Amino acid sequence: MADNVNQPGGDTPDKDVSTDAVAYDQEAYDRDVSTAVSLDEGDHVGTGGLPARFENPGLPAHQPRMSDLSEAAAKRAERQVATLFGISILGTIAFLVAYFAVPVTRTMFFPGLGYINMSNFLLGTFLGLSLLGIGAGAVHWAKTLMPDEEEVEMRHPMRSSDEERARFGQILGDGGESSQLTRRPLLKYTLGGALGLFALPLVVQVVGSLGPFDRPYRNLRHTYWDGEKAADGTYTFQPMRLMRDPQNTPIRPEEVTIGSAYHVQPEGLLDGGVQEQHHILEEKGKSSVLLMRLNPDDFQDTEGGRKARDWGYEGIVAYSKVCTHVGCPVGLYEQHTHHLLCPCHQSTFDVTDDCKVIFGPAKRPLPQLKITVDDEGYLVADQPFDEPVGPSYWEREKA
Amino acid sequence: MSETTVSRPADGLRAGDVPVERRPSGAAKRVGGVAGWVDDRTGSAKGVNYLLRKVFPDHWSFMLGEVAMYSMIICLLTGAFLTFWFVPSMGQIEYQGSYIPMQGVIMSEAYASTLNISFDIKGGLLIRQIHHWAALMFIVSVSVHMMRVFFTGAFRKPRELNWVIGTVLALLAIVEGFAGYSLPDDLLSGTGLRAMQGFILTVPVIGSYIAYALFGADFPGELIIPRLYSAHVLLIPAILIALFTAHIILVAVQKHTQFPGPGRTNDNVVGYRVMPVYAAKAGGFFFIVFGLTALISAFVQINAVWVHGPYDPSAVTAGAQPDWYMWFSDGALRLLPGWIEFTLFGFTFSPNIALGSIVLLPLVYTVLGAYPFVERWITGDTREHHLLDRPRNAPVRTALGVAAISIYTVLALACVNDIIAIKMGLAINDLTIFFRIALFVLPVIMFWVTKRICLSLQRQDRDKVLHGRETGTIVRTPEGKFYERHEDLDEHTRWELVDFESHAPVQISPTVDANGVARKGAGKDRLRAALSHFYFKDRVEPVTPAELAAAHHDGHGHEEIEAGSSEHARIESGQH
Repeated sequence: MADNVNQPGGDTPDKDVSTDAVAYDQEAYDRDVSTAVSLDEGDHVGTGGLPARFENPGLPAHQPRMSDLSEAAAKRAERQVATLFGISILGTIAFLVAYFAVPVTRTMFFPGLGYINMSNFLLGTFLGLSLLGIGAGAVHWAKTLMPDEEEVEMRHPMRSSDEERARFGQILGDGGESSQLTRRPLLKYTLGGALGLFALPLVVQVVGSLGPFDRPYRNLRHTYWDGEKAADGTYTFQPMRLMRDPQNTPIRPEEVTIGSAYHVQPEGLLDGGVQEQHHILEEKGKSSVLLMRLNPDDFQDTEGGRKARDWGYEGIVAYSKVCTHVGCPVGLYEQHTHHLLCPCHQSTFDVTDDCKVIFGPAKRPLPQLKITVDDEGYLVADQPFDEPVGPSYWEREKA
Repeated sequence: MSETTVSRPADGLRAGDVPVERRPSGAAKRVGGVAGWVDDRTGSAKGVNYLLRKVFPDHWSFMLGEVAMYSMIICLLTGAFLTFWFVPSMGQIEYQGSYIPMQGVIMSEAYASTLNISFDIKGGLLIRQIHHWAALMFIVSVSVHMMRVFFTGAFRKPRELNWVIGTVLALLAIVEGFAGYSLPDDLLSGTGLRAMQGFILTVPVIGSYIAYALFGADFPGELIIPRLYSAHVLLIPAILIALFTAHIILVAVQKHTQFPGPGRTNDNVVGYRVMPVYAAKAGGFFFIVFGLTALISAFVQINAVWVHGPYDPSAVTAGAQPDWYMWFSDGALRLLPGWIEFTLFGFTFSPNIALGSIVLLPLVYTVLGAYPFVERWITGDTREHHLLDRPRNAPVRTALGVAAISIYTVLALACVNDIIAIKMGLAINDLTIFFRIALFVLPVIMFWVTKRICLSLQRQDRDKVLHGRETGTIVRTPEGKFYERHEDLDEHTRWELVDFESHAPVQISPTVDANGVARKGAGKDRLRAALSHFYFKDRVEPVTPAELAAAHHDGHGHEEIEAGSSEHARIESGQH
């Protein structure tokens, strides 16, 4: 049947849809189609005995290939396929030679690519040839010599027959019946309860042991600048020198010229060796500071601008380097505009206005570290950060 | 073979089949021993025979899913190799390998072993690059395969379930990719993890708890690399393979869809048998995909982990992007304005971060997974569909798809705004504002343009069927008139242009019943009718035999027979 494309085939519409007030109406659709010659609304012309739709003309005639008609062409195809397989064999051999002959550290010049790792280049090229030879050969074989006449397989509706479906329900029902599940509700409920709960120990083990879960947000608000942490969870602040990262040397105000910017870590943090490296990385994630010197007149005459200047020292200001968006280091400093830019998502902070966000997805200004100089004339933190550094989190406002 | 020079009618497609007499070949006898041994113990001959004789339809776009499958296999293979040398540990050591610029630098064992794979293991760099390239190709091909399935309507009944499985696979592929490129613990991957921790912190109420659960300490801690490693090489691949197996079994059970064409109906599948044609073509294609990946890895460097050094939370590099499949999410983060963050009752809400990360990713895949069910509800079509739609024949679906892709593209481009700004000498702020506007304007334009293109193509198809193909032959009549001779399409070509159906919008049913009482569910019906109207109000009907006969009868005057429907006439009149 040519129409079977558009017929529901043995499929019965689902119950909920057929009772639906605006259900798809197959009959109406067929009716519309059979009046397709209407020139206008309401102007119906007879179909003149023509079918409502075209009929499927069936498979077109098979066009034989060159290799079907001439043995010479088939022979040529055979040689081409064999050549491709041959290339694969050569590629494999070349790979093996290159593997043993070329040292892993040698470089070579390749036009357009410059100096590249010779071993990687040769191994990759030969492996590629080895694999491509097989692939291209097989596909060429299939296209030239294997049957190219399309064959037809019938489909069957996915749905099982009504009898099978009924039987399925029967089997399930019988199973419930014969196991006495339906007659003994106590079994049903206790089994349900047991199955519902059995995964709980496993889940609790995994989730419960991941931790630490002792109010982790308290860690988020403290940095190395807070000073020594006592057993009772309190911190004792000592003025801490600002150290260059990675040189780990203290900084004198006169060394910080106008327009310069320093990467800074708190005194003591960088003293650790390999063993303390973890600890150092975790602390750096919160304690990193950028030190910049501006002309004191450059600060804006706003509340924030005045505070920024007061918390600095002769125009030298220190700000947390951890972006208040998602925590990337705010690594770009524009000297002329005094803007700090986070390279991850382009949040832009105005240093002259207490690092207020002037563009991008961050909401809060970068926290400022209040600084001064100690007796020996080095820059020190006057107090720890007065708010959590880094990205926002739910309990951020909590003390 | 050359005997079949006549075409076979659709209702007698098997009529021409002549059972070929087959005597057991030499090969059959030889495999008989081993195959017989296996069959004696498993009875597998019947099932294997069925699979080997299975017919698959042929179309270049069906290859996209194959590319995905093969890229996944290449990843599994090369990934297994990499585990032999990679050390998933954040334990700190001093690097002593052969890459001179890093000698003496303190770094994690994960990073050191990645450098080791790249510089000291022969062929290690190649395997690593193949792994990364194949992973990128996997997600590219999954995405393009998904578009093919969407635009041809292959997700319709009975394949909704497989579409959902595919959607989950696509999401898992992205998660797997992210876990994978986080493992080397270089500066780039660590920066990605830092951002991930930032996303997690924005989860209301339990954000900080989840972050500490995953990282086991303050960021970065010592646990995230081993945990991601376990997820990357064990948990996610296991789920991927299980779902992929279900995906492919469903394809076999439901038989592959095919494009409409002469001889192809909703009840058959026309193509080549697995043995020998697809065994050679698909098997060979695996080697082609693998071979091309190896060549790319030989020529094009990817993820040069040695450039930026080990991860340090205080260091960053400008112009860094995640792998391409994370662009849209990262782009959304760049476009969201900061001022939408707020505090309420002493708690911080950060939609400026959450919307682009922990909301966007699940949302995209939920919308994708739900689409077949939404479309089915709107059309009310409960039939099985094994014949694909040509995208032009489903104008609104195609337009919605293109609009969605345009949103995705804007978000993805927003992620490379810094690169675009540098290369094109633009201000990054202007560019970001442009993308913010484009995000809302472009989909509307793309929807409208695509829908119009689809309708025009459909009308062009109608025109071709009714008036034939332009031959380029200009005829001069005795009166001196010139016209171009048109040639009727042959029935096979014509069939490809008329074998589709055009849905009519469902009618709005009365909102009150016979007694004037508000009917239950009237609001839902109204919504459905409105959506149906949106989908199908502009439509072009396929040419009917009567229309063609009328067109022939009328010779070259074609205005009279254009009106397939009043809507169609309305569209046409805009042109004449």
